[in-house]
Formats: sequence, C-alpha cells, structure tokens
Amino acid sequence: MNTLNQDATIEVPSGTHEIRITRDFDAPVDKVFRAHNDPELVAQWIGPKYLENVECTFEARHGGTWTLIQRDPDGNEHGFRGVVHGDPTPELSQRTFEWLGMPGHVSFETMRLEDLGDGRTRVHASSVFMSVADRDGMAESGMSVGVNEGYERLDELLATL
Amino acid sequence: MGMTDDQLDLVFGALADRTRRAILAQLSRADTNVAGLTELFDMSQPAVSKHLKVLEVAGLISRTRQGTMRLSHLEAEPLKDATSWLADYRTYWDESYRRLDDLLTRMD
Repeated sequence: MNTLNQDATIEVPSGTHEIRITRDFDAPVDKVFRAHNDPELVAQWIGPKYLENVECTFEARHGGTWTLIQRDPDGNEHGFRGVVHGDPTPELSQRTFEWLGMPGHVSFETMRLEDLGDGRTRVHASSVFMSVADRDGMAESGMSVGVNEGYERLDELLATL
Repeated sequence: MGMTDDQLDLVFGALADRTRRAILAQLSRADTNVAGLTELFDMSQPAVSKHLKVLEVAGLISRTRQGTMRLSHLEAEPLKDATSWLADYRTYWDESYRRLDDLLTRMD
C-alpha cells in the first residue's frame, strides 16, 4: 500500500499561469466526487473554518452555475462564481472561476480524481489564470486571511472536530 | 501585490535554476565575490557572472564595490513578495482539505 500524501502538494509550473494541487484522501472516489458536487457538502469544508460559508450553490451539469460567498470575522463578504463546462465526472470536472473582488479576471479550473485502490483517492486540481498578476491577486482574496493565524488555529480547530 | 507581472516572471525565471538557488543560499549566509562563488560552485568565472546578472536583473541581488572586490548581496524583499501569495494559497487549501478529510469520514 502506498502512503497517502495528506499534505497538499502545490506546484507552479514555470513559464505558465497555472497552479496545480495534488492531495490524497482516505475515501473512495465516489465520496470525494460527491463532496465536490453537492453544494450542501461543499459548504461544510471549503475554506478555513473561521470563514463562514453564507451561500453555496453548484449545478453539476454542463452550463450550470455555481456561487460561493464567504464571510470573515470582520463581516466582510468574499464572493466567487463561475460556470460549469461539460457534465462533471470523476475523470474530469471543468469550470470557470471568478472572484468578485477582481471581476472579469476569470480562471479555468479542472479536477481529476484518481482511484488509488483500497478506498483511497488522489485529487489532481489545476487552475489556469489569465496572467501571473491574476494568479497572485487570487491569493489576496479571502484566501489571504488565514496566513496570519497560522497553523495554531488549525490545530485548535482540529481538536474540536 | 507588490510586483508587476514582468517582475514576477523575472523572479520566477531566476529561481527556476538550481545553481542560482544555490548561489542565493550562499549569499543568505554571507556577501560573496565572484572569485569566491567560482571556487564554491566549481564553475568558470563567466558562468558565475552570467548567473549573477540574471539574479541582479530580477532584483534578487545587488552588487557593491569594496576596494577592488565586487561583492554580491542578497535582496530578500522580491523573494518574499514572490512566495507570500503561494503561502496564502497553501494555507487556504490545506485547511479546506483537512476539513474535507473530516467530512469524508462522516459521509455514508
């Protein structure tokens, strides 16, 4: 049995505007797939815990739309939205992604789920941005709030789960 | 977002090379002249100079003259700008995925 890599691997291929994330889960493909496609489930895990997911929709079909609104402890809301491209399958899910804090700067996301056997799954996620500046801007959205709090907060959070 | 697209390209381009990363690691310990780097990395002087030029254009090092010696000095700020967004991204996804781990154990 291969060891599960439960620390996300993040790659930034040089000369591209892409970010790739690889992460293993101790759960079968169908569960990981549902956790990404059922908005009620997505709302339970997307983002750090201190960001409240106040709205989460996802139409898992070609041409469907998705939205996510996250509220930080100061009451600021961070909105995201996009369109699903092709019917999502475990082999290939594709969608566009736009942070409303930087409207018009749309990235394209793909996700592939790899069956590792023994009820385990590897997620291969990719985001292709329009430019390096867009990619960096993304990291400055709601995503940046967590960094100061660091992992101490995460440890605390995990202890309460 | 302290840097422009072009600046970031230069920084990431400069960092893409293993020898240049090793040179930066050396400069993080002490300012060093070309002769010193040539000896440390067992490379020709023109090859070292070429790498230093790339690092200088990217703003990752500055060069100062001390008597007859020209010392290279690490400039940490662009490095910090270029990596901070990645740290933010990592934190976001690490935390999200740890929550997903937990959710997956609770799903039917």
